[in-house]
Amino acid sequence: MSAFSGYDRVLRQGGLDRRGFGKLTAMLGAGAAIGGMLPGTARAQGEPKRGGTVAIGATGGATTDTLNPLLATASIHQLTSFMWGNCLVEYGTDGSAVPELAESWEPSPDAKTWRFNLRKGVTFHDGKELDAEDVIWTLNQSRGEDSQSGAAGIMTQVKDLRADGKHVVVVELEEGNADLPYLMTDYHLVIMQKDSDPASGIGTGGYRITEFDPGVRIFGERNENYFKTGRANLDSVEIVGIADPAARTAALQTGQIQIMERVDPKTVDLLGKMPGVVIHRAAGGGHYSMVMRCDTAPFDNNDFRLGLKYAANREDILDKILRGLGRVGNDQPIPVTDPFFAADLPQRTYDPDKAKFHMKKAGYGGEKIPFSTSDAPFAGAVDAAVLYQQHAAAAGINIDVIREPADGYWNDVWMKKPFCFTFWGGRPTADMMMSIAYHSKAAWNESYWFRPEFDKLLVQARAELDRPKRAQMYAELQRMIHDDGGELIPMFNDFVDASTAEVQNFELTPQLGLCGMRAPERVWLDA
Amino acid sequence: MPDLVRLIGKRLLFGLLTLFAVSVLVFIGTELLPGDLAEVILGQTATPEAVAAIRAKLNLGDPAVLRYWRWFSGVLVGDFGNSLASGRPITTVLLPRLQATLFLAATAAVIAVPLAIALGLLSALWRDRTFDKTTSAATLAAISMPEFFIGYLLVYVFAVQLGWFPAISRISPSANFGQKLWAIALPALTLTLVTTGHMMRMTRAAVVQVLSAPYIEMAELKGTPRRAIIFRHALPNAIGPIANVVVLNLAFLVVGVILVEVVFVYPGMGQLMVDAVSKRDIPLIQACAIVFAITYVGLNMLADIVSILANPRLRHPR
Repeated sequence: MSAFSGYDRVLRQGGLDRRGFGKLTAMLGAGAAIGGMLPGTARAQGEPKRGGTVAIGATGGATTDTLNPLLATASIHQLTSFMWGNCLVEYGTDGSAVPELAESWEPSPDAKTWRFNLRKGVTFHDGKELDAEDVIWTLNQSRGEDSQSGAAGIMTQVKDLRADGKHVVVVELEEGNADLPYLMTDYHLVIMQKDSDPASGIGTGGYRITEFDPGVRIFGERNENYFKTGRANLDSVEIVGIADPAARTAALQTGQIQIMERVDPKTVDLLGKMPGVVIHRAAGGGHYSMVMRCDTAPFDNNDFRLGLKYAANREDILDKILRGLGRVGNDQPIPVTDPFFAADLPQRTYDPDKAKFHMKKAGYGGEKIPFSTSDAPFAGAVDAAVLYQQHAAAAGINIDVIREPADGYWNDVWMKKPFCFTFWGGRPTADMMMSIAYHSKAAWNESYWFRPEFDKLLVQARAELDRPKRAQMYAELQRMIHDDGGELIPMFNDFVDASTAEVQNFELTPQLGLCGMRAPERVWLDA
Repeated sequence: MPDLVRLIGKRLLFGLLTLFAVSVLVFIGTELLPGDLAEVILGQTATPEAVAAIRAKLNLGDPAVLRYWRWFSGVLVGDFGNSLASGRPITTVLLPRLQATLFLAATAAVIAVPLAIALGLLSALWRDRTFDKTTSAATLAAISMPEFFIGYLLVYVFAVQLGWFPAISRISPSANFGQKLWAIALPALTLTLVTTGHMMRMTRAAVVQVLSAPYIEMAELKGTPRRAIIFRHALPNAIGPIANVVVLNLAFLVVGVILVEVVFVYPGMGQLMVDAVSKRDIPLIQACAIVFAITYVGLNMLADIVSILANPRLRHPR
């Protein structure tokens, strides 16, 4: 099986989660990201302080939850997994791949064979020492046709796993992939003990789980034998499932929790003005897209597509729909936080004259253009469509907003109607995002955009180990989508969390809220 | 007296029949979900193998009657099967939630029921005076507001501004009774405000109606003190309708508090059922539905029996 078909599966496993904006974090797919380039992400706040207890109000908890990391989707599961466990690789606040249980790794020149050197002397909560067999057993849980793991998709590219001595794991891939260390940061791939119960919650992490009440509360106490220095500084951490944003806010205001996930965009300004409350904003890779089917007239004409792209006032949509809590999109899916983001690509702006010019060239004569939308892709999609209708009207473009039923949107509208709204959770790497939605053979190539030269370059870039060369390739791929693709991407979302002022070292991490879901081990309290 | 026993026995029998009918409806309801049950559970992640595995696990190949019987016979002995999503036995998932819900409902009821009946009686007694009008306006205002809004108001005043009570009802397992009561103060108060109006107004109406009856006039003419008229003559005759409305509100306290649970992050039955529906956890949905049905049917039966006992005409049917 090729690495590529694996990406389809990742996406399909994200399928249910695509259906609601509320499950944004769940939609972040494999869960980690290449980040960086965000000024001020790492904020040194002096020496870590030991002690104290922190309660975190997080979303996505359900009575049906288990501790099994393979089944994790929502933020509360990710937070919990990173309390009791670690991955081979952690992704750093600057977007680099930081050694975690693997202290180093080296690829073969074709990026097909990777050697991960494990850290020595790391012990599980029950005292057993971590070795290569544990890692191999864990990774194998996500392999095979009947694996229920959320990482099963990305693991299909693994051909073979073997130990080389006690502390080296050799991963052999079907095809070269320079991003393998990043894929190992996936929260489904938290390392467990060989032959253990995946739902036992016993790992190498900074906190032992002492209480687990599914969907209600998770309580962990510091692991005194934790292998990282300066991490997991709190005596105990409690995670409380709070679905209602107003309840989370009230709990933070009254000191029942010290950290809250996902501030309501409508109240973020007010909350930020409260004494003793700090807002934390991390750039996300989730993006909103207006998809045109490039195989269907009139959208098969690139001038027509360009005309529609120039007719969108992105700032206006960002301000009104996300209350400014995001970034303007540039009609390509790679976020500014990605190291391979094409910064040189000129930002497309609202230009009714250019829009008119392209539409005229495409032979458009003012006919109604049906645009399907619904609040299924994200809350506010209908409002965003009406805003766009107004912007486009200034360029003489007649958008007919059609409100489709939210129920069945993903089956009956998306990838069926020629022009509709969609939402994508960010993906950990540029390669993965492009492979699931832009490669000609991708099952979810929603714009029906088939370009053999794009496919070829994408596969080349995946195995390229030379970084500057690779960056150039990704810049070219982004340019292709920007210039010719069928996606009008007006904006990217941010993750907005809040904490009380005594919470220190809230290290923003691109693409995920709550310090990359690792807040329990990163923060400390300043009494 | 045997008449009375027979009457109550008949009520019980009808109650059980209703429950049986509900169980059939619940079962059919989950059968009627569009599409194949296995595909519904798996959603878009459905692969043919996974669908086959679920079908086998749920015995979907068997005739519906057989499956119903298997499920129903389990329910009769308190075995609801295992949760599909977590694999845990449903009774272990359900019981703590049911306990939590009953605790909150009982606390709210202990405040709301005596309060509502007392206010209702006093309003009837001082009909059309300032007290009556004020109470009427206040309770009407309270029931006119959606319960989540009342919840937010209470949180704003008593948690955020005054800091007397917690904003979310987080109960740690080691909490003692007093701490538990403190934790659920605001949701209980919310529910009190939501239910008091209804019960109070019905009490007032029932008592007022009785007070206009000729025998009350007779008692007044005889010079019976007003207190005695209300408590000895009027109240016993008004118990039937009052019991009915009280029970209706008690049932609401158990099955209708999902919004309050969400606002106060209280882990009760409503939250459980919503989780179950969103995860397509069919056995858990069925179990919740049955528990809710038992609550409703049981409480209504209780109201019927109370009215029978309180009403001589029903007690001695001709």
